[in-house]
Amino acid sequence: MPSSERKQTQKDDARKDSAEQEVNRDVVEEGAALKDDIDSLLDEIDELLEEDSEEFVENYIQRGGE
Amino acid sequence: MALTKIVGIETEYGIMVRGAADFDPVASSTLVVNSYKDNDLRSIMWDYGQENPLLDARGFQSEPNAPSPDEESNAVINDILTNGGRYYVDHAHPEYCTPECTNARDAVIYDKAGELILDMSSRIAEQTLDGKREIIIYKNNSDGKGHSYGCHENYLVDRSVAFQTLVDGMTPYLVTRQIFTGAGKVGAENGAESCDFQISQRADFFETEVGLSTMVDRPIINTRDEPHADEKQYRRFHVIVGDANMAEMSSYLKIGTAILMLQMIEDGIIGNQFRLRDPVAAIKSISRDLTCKRTIKLSDGSERSPIELQRVYQRLAAQYVEDRKSDNAYYEIDADVVKKWGETLDKLDEDPMQLNKELDWVIKYTWLKAYRARHEIEWRDHRIAMLGLQYHDIRANVGVFYRLQKAGHVRRVVSQEAIIHAISNPPLDTRAYFRGTCLKQFASEIHAASWNSLIFDVEGKSLQKVPMQYPLRGTREMVGDMIKQCKSAADLLAAIEAKPDNSE
Repeated sequence: MPSSERKQTQKDDARKDSAEQEVNRDVVEEGAALKDDIDSLLDEIDELLEEDSEEFVENYIQRGGE
Repeated sequence: MALTKIVGIETEYGIMVRGAADFDPVASSTLVVNSYKDNDLRSIMWDYGQENPLLDARGFQSEPNAPSPDEESNAVINDILTNGGRYYVDHAHPEYCTPECTNARDAVIYDKAGELILDMSSRIAEQTLDGKREIIIYKNNSDGKGHSYGCHENYLVDRSVAFQTLVDGMTPYLVTRQIFTGAGKVGAENGAESCDFQISQRADFFETEVGLSTMVDRPIINTRDEPHADEKQYRRFHVIVGDANMAEMSSYLKIGTAILMLQMIEDGIIGNQFRLRDPVAAIKSISRDLTCKRTIKLSDGSERSPIELQRVYQRLAAQYVEDRKSDNAYYEIDADVVKKWGETLDKLDEDPMQLNKELDWVIKYTWLKAYRARHEIEWRDHRIAMLGLQYHDIRANVGVFYRLQKAGHVRRVVSQEAIIHAISNPPLDTRAYFRGTCLKQFASEIHAASWNSLIFDVEGKSLQKVPMQYPLRGTREMVGDMIKQCKSAADLLAAIEAKPDNSE
């Protein structure tokens, strides 16, 4: 391979690497954002959870319908 | 050619009053239903003369008719809605029936409107209590202790199709469709094999293949044959095997695919291609396989996964919908159902967990699993049971499903505006339009209503019954202008007499 071409290839590789890093960073950031989102929603679910859950679940008895 | 499908969904809701030592489900359900104010329709009765739930599709009547409630309790436990639906107390549950719809989108919209009606009436009912008690309504199918209540779908099918043909065609579909219609459940019930989490609320309750009962020894194919319409033309196909859905996508696919299946059976495209060796065992084993890939045995000795069976139906439906494109008024919705059905099966095949914004069971499983991991608790922990129940709480601020939807973690199929509109406006393209519009305009002159009649009480005359035996008549196109021009029920009755074909 002539040296000019090799240089070009190296340049392309470098560009590809940085593009990949960019994509990876996006994925990581997206992942982190999603995790924050999930964490805050789990916090919310924690707050939603009825305090008397043990007793409530035990007492939730329905008559069969239909 | 296949008939336009008339569809209705009836849902029994779970009910509980927090803080009431003497909770009485019948009294509480009555209070809730009675609290709903829909255009002052309180005194209108349900016409039980039209009801015969014991008529069997196989051609006989199994038991003597049950007595109807007396006049006073009739009006108390029944509410006929201006959207053409019905809201009443059934056994120990509040129950909502959608009006007759012609397609999956409308069925989802009217089913969702029912949740809002239940929610509004519960909040009003709560105000009559002492302020310490809280009325909680769940749209699910089980109390986790072996008691189940239903969400039934009703489809009108061509009477000329033999019932056995429907049984053959629908059984494998109904057993396998839970992979997208299941509402998810923590644990097992009714003596079925134990599990942490399963796909369907209802699967454990099915004990036989075909039968009339809905309360004990439940059948996968129910034979209640009560079309509430011209019975020479129509047969009712009563599906009791489905789950009540929170997720619009699950509900949309449930109704949309069933419509196409029944039409393909009527047109002879689906027959007995598949016969399951043991449908009752299969429905439970599929419910326990969260990969959706475990195979079930067919009676020819071969084995297929539920995804594979559904894929065959979806491909047949894709072809069917395109073939009849030119004379199908519901082409756009049918094509959309087929597309979403296919996409859903693709994703289930790759990894079902991708559908954690679409399908009830996957949404529920995803969040319960995350909660469990965070707190390092077992599936049997009461907090998981509570959240499994709270997923179905219809209150927007307390229900887990609604909090997830609000936070953008659920993909919607219909608009909130359409749902709100459907609380008090009937569908335009079925006889529900005639019923709902008359209830809005002439409430004080209506004595009683049923699915297939309205009884008018016009001053100085004896009661007059307008039969509505044909669900595709009485539409806005057919009677809209006529009703609008009438100032009173007497005008309307005179107009109907002059032009009898319009509403009957």
